[in-house]
Amino acid sequence: MRKEVLFSGFGGQGVILAGVILGRAAAVYEDLYAVQTQAYGPESRGGASMAGVVISDEPIDYPKVMAPDYAVLFSQEAYNKYIHSMRKGGTVVVEEELVPSRDTAAEKSLKVYALPLTELAEQTTGLSLTMNILTLGLLVEATGIVGREAIERAVLDAVPKGTEELNLKALHRGFEIGARIRDGES
Amino acid sequence: MRYPFPTGKNDFIQGNEAIARAAILAGCRFYAGYPITPASEIFEAMALYMPLVDGVSIQMEDEIGSIAAIIGASWAGAKAMTATSGPGFSLMQENLGYAVMTETPIVVVNMMRGGPSTGQPTLPAQGDIMQSIWGTHGDHMLIVLSPSTVQEAFDFTIRAFNLAEKYRTPVVLLGDAEIAHMRERVYIPHPDDVEVINRKLPESEEEHKLPFGDPHGDGIPPMPIFGRGYRTYVTGLTHDEIGHPKTVEAEIHERLIKRIYGKILGHREDIISYEEFELEDADVAIVSTGIVSRSAIRAVKMLREKGVKAGLLKLHTVWPFDFDMIEELAERVRKIYVPEMNLGQLYHLVKEGADGKAEVELIPKIGGEVHTPMEIAEKVVG
Repeated sequence: MRKEVLFSGFGGQGVILAGVILGRAAAVYEDLYAVQTQAYGPESRGGASMAGVVISDEPIDYPKVMAPDYAVLFSQEAYNKYIHSMRKGGTVVVEEELVPSRDTAAEKSLKVYALPLTELAEQTTGLSLTMNILTLGLLVEATGIVGREAIERAVLDAVPKGTEELNLKALHRGFEIGARIRDGES
Repeated sequence: MRYPFPTGKNDFIQGNEAIARAAILAGCRFYAGYPITPASEIFEAMALYMPLVDGVSIQMEDEIGSIAAIIGASWAGAKAMTATSGPGFSLMQENLGYAVMTETPIVVVNMMRGGPSTGQPTLPAQGDIMQSIWGTHGDHMLIVLSPSTVQEAFDFTIRAFNLAEKYRTPVVLLGDAEIAHMRERVYIPHPDDVEVINRKLPESEEEHKLPFGDPHGDGIPPMPIFGRGYRTYVTGLTHDEIGHPKTVEAEIHERLIKRIYGKILGHREDIISYEEFELEDADVAIVSTGIVSRSAIRAVKMLREKGVKAGLLKLHTVWPFDFDMIEELAERVRKIYVPEMNLGQLYHLVKEGADGKAEVELIPKIGGEVHTPMEIAEKVVG
């Protein structure tokens, strides 16, 4: 069971943190093997940013994402770069406001969930920067990559003290949306 | 002893963090360094942890100062480490030789990035394999270990300290930017479950007086601690068993250097470590070390699916090198491939080992990306 997950967007959206949290949930709280690699530009904000997470029930050989089973794409640049590298039948979560131009042909062989993720995060917590955590909740609930409890504990390990409740609120909203997506209501 | 990180359980951390934690569990209590990408997180972790374990972490003025500081700390009885990348490793070479000559146990971590010079600071490479073995001048012998996963980075760091202490020698841990920064599941053992080897201390007056002697016949002199017992003279000049300079006597120089070679090469079986994957019935072999080995394992699986009898020899020790093992391998297989992230370094050692018994082909890659499994498999299929 090798599952490849790719998160990409621009610096500041918490793309790499999302990858770290997912990997931690799998490795520490699900007793799975996990490895997280990353690529980003020299800028601290605004540059292209990518985190790859490979999860498996056996030791992982090649640590990099080759053809993602799951991808979270937070920018047009990320979408353009990775939509064609997906495994057939893979699942893609797209920040629809930030990806105005879509490739319908490429999306035909994929499960695509396009949502206004930044706006949803802002509505939920008042802070658009909780978008990465909300999306994690959504992804995990819709796909079952790791369990609810595992991702919750990994989020709590990773977020700054004092922001736990805020982040859990975002995560739980993600669970709700993910459940609806999974059950075909959205 | 309380440790400033969880033990006896899995964690999900970067290679650099794993190296720092392993060093502490191996008994390291002195770190000196100068920050450099992609090794800086080792220093950051040591700066955070050392005060919590009654150790010392100090920023030196440069890299040669850093290695000088850990050599001094080691003579004061501490297990000591520094970490750097290519440009800093170049600056350390003079004192790496000093550590060889004075038989000082230290661990030097080199997280390789693209070079030469300042090159590609954030990207992985394996361009320092030869430098880690032969970078310092003169006839010398040391140990070089090369991990391919975060777990190996952890385990090999502990092993690096144990080998340094056991053989009274510098040990180089040769990682790369990919292992430095990737996060991966790693099991951090309970401290009671970590095998820790400490250096031999002098036990008699005679042993105290001869810090460069060979009282046990294993080539490894007991090492006195500065300030406890007699005054000890430590010099990079050729010296006798007392430690006094003897710079023109051929037999003294030869005896010293041959003992330094012998204490490592005479214990090759204890030091050399490797892993075989699908090699028993292999028709073609891949020999690799470090991060590329992970692509190679995948390539072997892909090749086996296509009916190609491929296997992998994954080297954990880069030096000393088991030339005989490569020769035996070359007798069994048709061809050996050596994928590495440089333009040919390990390849030359493998070729020397194969000694013409099998064709050896280099699969080089530079620029900052690890070989993909497909790149290796395609080359093997031809």
